[in-house]
Amino acid sequence: MTDASMDNPTPARSRSLSQTDPNTRRRNAAERRFRAYGMAAILVGLFFLTVLFVSIVRSGLPAFTRTVVTVDFTLTQEQMDAAESELFKTKAYSNLFIASLQEQLQQRGMTVEFDEAAIERLLGKVGGTLRAHYQANPDELSQPVAFELAASSRVDGYFKGRVQRETLQDSRFLQLSDLDLVDALEEAGIIKQAFSWAFITGADSGVDNPGGAGIGASVVGSFFMMLVVLVLSLPIGVAASIYLEEFAPQNRFTDLIEVNISNLAAVPSIVFGILGLAVFIQFMHLPQSAPLVGGLVLSLMTLPTIIISTRASLKAVPPSIRDAALGVGASKMQAVFHHVLPLAAPGILTGTIIGLAQALGETAPLLLIGMVGFVARGYPEGFVEGFTEPNSAMPAQIYTWAARADVSFYEKAWGGIIILLAFLLTMNIIAIILRRRFERRW
Amino acid sequence: MNDMTAVDKTVETQRTKIAAQNVNVYYGDSHAIKDVNVEIEDKTVTAFIGPSGCGKSTFLRCLNRMNDTIDICRVTGDILLEGEDIYAKSVDPVQLRAQVGMVFQKPNPFPKSIYDNVAYGPRIHGMAKSKSDLDDIVEKSLRRGAIWDEVKDRLHAPGTGLSGGQQQRLCIARAVATEPEVLLMDEPCSALDPIATAQVEELIDELRENYSVVIVTHSMQQAARVSQKTAFFHLGNLVEFGPTGQIFTNPEDPRTESYITGRIG
Repeated sequence: MTDASMDNPTPARSRSLSQTDPNTRRRNAAERRFRAYGMAAILVGLFFLTVLFVSIVRSGLPAFTRTVVTVDFTLTQEQMDAAESELFKTKAYSNLFIASLQEQLQQRGMTVEFDEAAIERLLGKVGGTLRAHYQANPDELSQPVAFELAASSRVDGYFKGRVQRETLQDSRFLQLSDLDLVDALEEAGIIKQAFSWAFITGADSGVDNPGGAGIGASVVGSFFMMLVVLVLSLPIGVAASIYLEEFAPQNRFTDLIEVNISNLAAVPSIVFGILGLAVFIQFMHLPQSAPLVGGLVLSLMTLPTIIISTRASLKAVPPSIRDAALGVGASKMQAVFHHVLPLAAPGILTGTIIGLAQALGETAPLLLIGMVGFVARGYPEGFVEGFTEPNSAMPAQIYTWAARADVSFYEKAWGGIIILLAFLLTMNIIAIILRRRFERRW
Repeated sequence: MNDMTAVDKTVETQRTKIAAQNVNVYYGDSHAIKDVNVEIEDKTVTAFIGPSGCGKSTFLRCLNRMNDTIDICRVTGDILLEGEDIYAKSVDPVQLRAQVGMVFQKPNPFPKSIYDNVAYGPRIHGMAKSKSDLDDIVEKSLRRGAIWDEVKDRLHAPGTGLSGGQQQRLCIARAVATEPEVLLMDEPCSALDPIATAQVEELIDELRENYSVVIVTHSMQQAARVSQKTAFFHLGNLVEFGPTGQIFTNPEDPRTESYITGRIG
C-alpha cells in the first residue's frame, strides 16, 4: 500500500476499504451483540406468553364443559298421588327415579348395586328436583321426560382427571363404590360431558355447588359498570382535556392541575376503592355492591387515563391546522371543534377504549365496595335489574372463585379468565380498527 | 434575478389601508418590536425584509392579531385598519381575521377536500345563502388563487394530495374566499421550489388589483420582484421604509445598505 502511494500524486489513504480496521470491527460486533440481545429478549417474551396462554387455555377449558346425567323418566298420576301421600315425599320421588335408572341399566344388561345415598352423592337431591318439576308442569305427567341433571363436582372432577380412583378416599362426598356406578352409567351413555352454557350465562353459586357456578351475572355487572364509566368519563375527560390543552391559560394553577392529573393516573386502584366506599356509599348512601357505584369508582380511575391520552392526541395535531382555521376567521372554539378534534378523534377513541379495558380488569376497588361474592337470587331474573341492584364484576368473580376451597372453583376461575381476556382482546381489536379507520394524514 | 429591475417600478401612491403607530411587542420580558411606525397602502404589495429574528413575522402577525393566541405576547401602540383601532376592546379578533386574511409559511390545507378547504371560511361567516352561492364563491376564489384550472375536475379530492405549490395557492384561495381587504403572507414561498415560487409570485402580483398585500420574505430578490413598498427590519426596529426601488438602489440607512449588499444578515 505505502509503496504504491509513493508514485501516486494524490494523497494516499493509509488502508484499503476492503480491510476493516479494529475500531470498525468493534463497532460492528457491538451492533451484532445488541441485535442478539434484542432477539433474545423478544424470544423470552414470546416463550412466557406462550406458556401463559397454554396454561390458561389448558386450565380454563374444562370450565366450559360439565358432566350431566340424562335420564328418560316417566311419572304417572297414580305414582305422583302415591308419593304425595307419603311422609317423606321427596324420598318417594327419589326411589321412583332410582327404580327407573336401574331398569334402564338392566335393559342394557348391566347390574350395578346402588342406593339412594349414592345417587345423592352423584346428583344431589334428585327427589326434590323431580317433585318441583312435576308440580310446575303437571301436563308432562305420564309421558317420558328427558331430565338433564348436573353431576356433582367430584364426579365432574373424575371425568376431568381431578379425582382419581387410586387416591380417592371414601367420604360423604364420594365413595369408591360410586365410581363403579359412574363407569357403568358412562358405558350406558347416560352420563357424559357436555358444553356448559350455564357457565357462560349463569350466576355464581354457593360454595358447596361449584358445578352450578357461572360467570354470566358478572359479565352483565361488568357491562353495566362499563356503561357508567363510558357515559361519565368520556365526556368529562374529553371536555377537561380540550379546556386544558386549548383554552386554559398557562399559570401556576393549571400547572398544579396538570401535575395532579398525572399523579392520579398512578394512584393505586385500592385507594380509589376506599374513596368510593367513603364517599359514594357511606356519605352519599348509594346502594352497596351496585354497578352504579362500581362504575363511579372506576370512572375516577379511568378519567386520568382518558385525559392524558386525549391531551396527547390534541397535542399531536399540528399547530398549522389551528393557524389555518384562525387565519380564515374561525373562532377558537370553531377551530377546535371543526378541525382539531376530528383529527384527534382516533387517538381519543383509542385512549378511551384502553382506559375502559383497564377498568374492566380492575379488581381491588370492587372488593372494597362489596361487588364481590355475590350469589344471584332468583336467577336468571335476579341480576339483570340494572345499575342499582347488587351484582358482581368479572375480575371480582374470578377472585372469589380462586379464593374458595373447593378445587373445582379453581377451574372456574381459569375459565373466567378466558372470558375476561376474550373481552379485553375484543376491545383492543376494536381500538385498533377504529384507529386505522379514522386515521388521517396531513 | 437582477435586483436592479426594482428601479423601474413605478409607485403610484394609494390611500392608506393600515397605519401602525408606535407599535411595541413584548414576548414576556423580551422586547421583540420597538416603536414601529408604518403605513401600508391599499392595492399595493408591501414587503417586510430583514435577517432572521428581526421581528418581521411578529409584526405581520400583529396586523390580524394572530399573536393573541400566544399567552405571553403583549402589544402596545395603535394599529389602525381604515382608521379603526384593531386592538380596541370592542374589536373581535375573529371578525378582524375575516377581513385580514393570512397565508402561512408552510402550506397548511385542512385535511379535507379542496372544495371544503375553500368553502370553510364562507360557511362559518354565513356568506353563502345557498349551495350554488357557495359553489360560485369557491370557483371565484380558486380562480383568484390561479389554481381553478388544475383542480376543477377534482374539487372533492383531498387538499393534502396536491403538490406543495398547488397547496400554497389553495391556501391563498382559501384566504381570499372570505373577501378580505388585506392579505398577509408569512414567507409564502419558503417551502416551495423555484417554479412554484414563480407561480405564487405571479399570483401575488395579480392579487394587488384587489387587495392590499403584505408579504414577509427572506429573499431580497423576491421582495424586489413582487413589491412596490419595502420595509427593512433589524433587531426589532423598522430601519427603513420606502418605495422598493429606492430601498434597493439608494438606501438611506447604512444598515439597509449592508443588508441588501449581503454584508449583514
